[in-house]
Amino acid sequence: MSRQTSVLYDVPGPRQRRITLVSSVAATLLLLVGAYFLIYRPLDDKGQFSMELWGPLIDPSNENFSQVWDRLGLGLKNTLIAAVLAIVSSLVVGTLLAVLRIQLKSLTRRRFVGFATPLAYLLRGLSVLLSAVTRVCVEVFRGLPVVITIFFVARGFPEFGVSFDTLWYLVIGLTIYNSVVIGEILRSGMEGLPGGQAEAAAAIGLSPLQSTRMILLPQAFRIMLPALISQLVVVLKDTSLGFIISYEETLNIGKQVIGVLENPIQVYVVIAVLFIAVNYSLSKLAQYVQHRLSRGRKTAGTPAQNPPPAALMSQAEGAGGPI
Amino acid sequence: MNVLIDKFDVFAGGFWLTLQICLLAAIGALLLGAVVAVLRISPVPPLRAVGTAYVNIFRNMPLTVVMFFAAFGLPALGSNADFLRLPGLDAVFNRLGTDLPYFRFALIALVLYTAAFVCEALRSGVNAVPPGQAEAARSLGLTFSQNLRHVVLPQSWKASVVPLGSVIIAMIKNSALAGFFGVVGDLAQTADQLTSAEGFAFVPVAIGISIGYLIMTVPLGALLDRIEKRQAVAR
Repeated sequence: MSRQTSVLYDVPGPRQRRITLVSSVAATLLLLVGAYFLIYRPLDDKGQFSMELWGPLIDPSNENFSQVWDRLGLGLKNTLIAAVLAIVSSLVVGTLLAVLRIQLKSLTRRRFVGFATPLAYLLRGLSVLLSAVTRVCVEVFRGLPVVITIFFVARGFPEFGVSFDTLWYLVIGLTIYNSVVIGEILRSGMEGLPGGQAEAAAAIGLSPLQSTRMILLPQAFRIMLPALISQLVVVLKDTSLGFIISYEETLNIGKQVIGVLENPIQVYVVIAVLFIAVNYSLSKLAQYVQHRLSRGRKTAGTPAQNPPPAALMSQAEGAGGPI
Repeated sequence: MNVLIDKFDVFAGGFWLTLQICLLAAIGALLLGAVVAVLRISPVPPLRAVGTAYVNIFRNMPLTVVMFFAAFGLPALGSNADFLRLPGLDAVFNRLGTDLPYFRFALIALVLYTAAFVCEALRSGVNAVPPGQAEAARSLGLTFSQNLRHVVLPQSWKASVVPLGSVIIAMIKNSALAGFFGVVGDLAQTADQLTSAEGFAFVPVAIGISIGYLIMTVPLGALLDRIEKRQAVAR
């Protein structure tokens, strides 16, 4: 990446280095002055930096400190519970959905030889219909906002006489949306594989389901791992939507804390920092995995100059350095 | 199903308001995202750091938190976002000029949040341009800005269209959150209003609202698919 951006300008000479230095200093000063007058001064004028507002969050000797963090800890726990449940269930449902769509697609191409003619037509019509139905469902739930899905789940289920804890509304809403997205990620991963993979699987006598399970799916998971991890970040962020159905996740607890202590900006800063820390490390993980995978493919793609396995191993290990 | 016919004007109004938010936020996010993208690839290190920090902060924060920041932070900064009351614009987008600032706050939050993703989409496009192009331009003696304007950006645009489109689709979906932040009358808030306060049957309202969002997202998604396929063939 750094190589890519530096390609836009030459390696700086003495003059260019001077210009860069001067403009760096100027830009820093400008940014600092701007931040001071536009952000620090107005906030300070309103006393937003007083210990009265920050104390309960950062000062352990403050009377409210332990109570506030007990509540926030509960919120974090609830956020993580909802996120983990949503991630696991969307992975399971998404995988099933991807397999189902691939299977239905191959069924629509099948001629059903050996069945009576009307039965064959019926089966073909049925598979075409089912394929279309799943397609429509995927398009609908991918096109709806998650907030709306969660809202519909929370309003719709009681309407039909089914009621759960708010946690489950949130998890179901998130699962509906994310399983469709993950299903599409995996499906495009499977369809992007070289055709020879499925053909070879069929040639050694695997049934379509077996070839999906044993040949296509593992490879799709591997290729799509970075995209899947990024989707986890999305799920984690989306758990904060629980506040619209008053599930007690971090943000909702934060609102309660604000209701008592009346320090909205401070509480939101803390919550934002928590979210950013977790999600940033997850995104870095995704980048790292992508880096490693692309490294792996490159070496595997050049069989002529394949290094001996030991060298390959160490090279893969070496990819674990800073990105 | 009568709700859909009786309350058609409510649904249409909600659709129009959501569309307004999306249009304004898309314009704002594209502009701000382009600025941040330029910052991120600029030769001046502090500017690059600012761009990177911006992207990392806003990409990893839930939009909900950004919205709360806009709603509580801007008043603390002494602003009701009145700078968005642009004389010509608020005749068309009448919510821009109202005294209640929530529409403007939601808009600002949406722009700030989406701009980070727009920046990444643009940057991925720039990275997709073969390095030889920029090198050749440099060897011709073009400066950084000339290089960007005449050589890199015209080519990177092609590679950015599809990621940009998916960012915009995500933004349309995210705009639903505005309805839960005091923006009265958009599609999401209409759903809430009709089902809880006015006590209409749930299913027809849900269908109406869903259609409203799907009209915006599905055709755009199909268009992107087509562009993607054509680009794949061209490559």
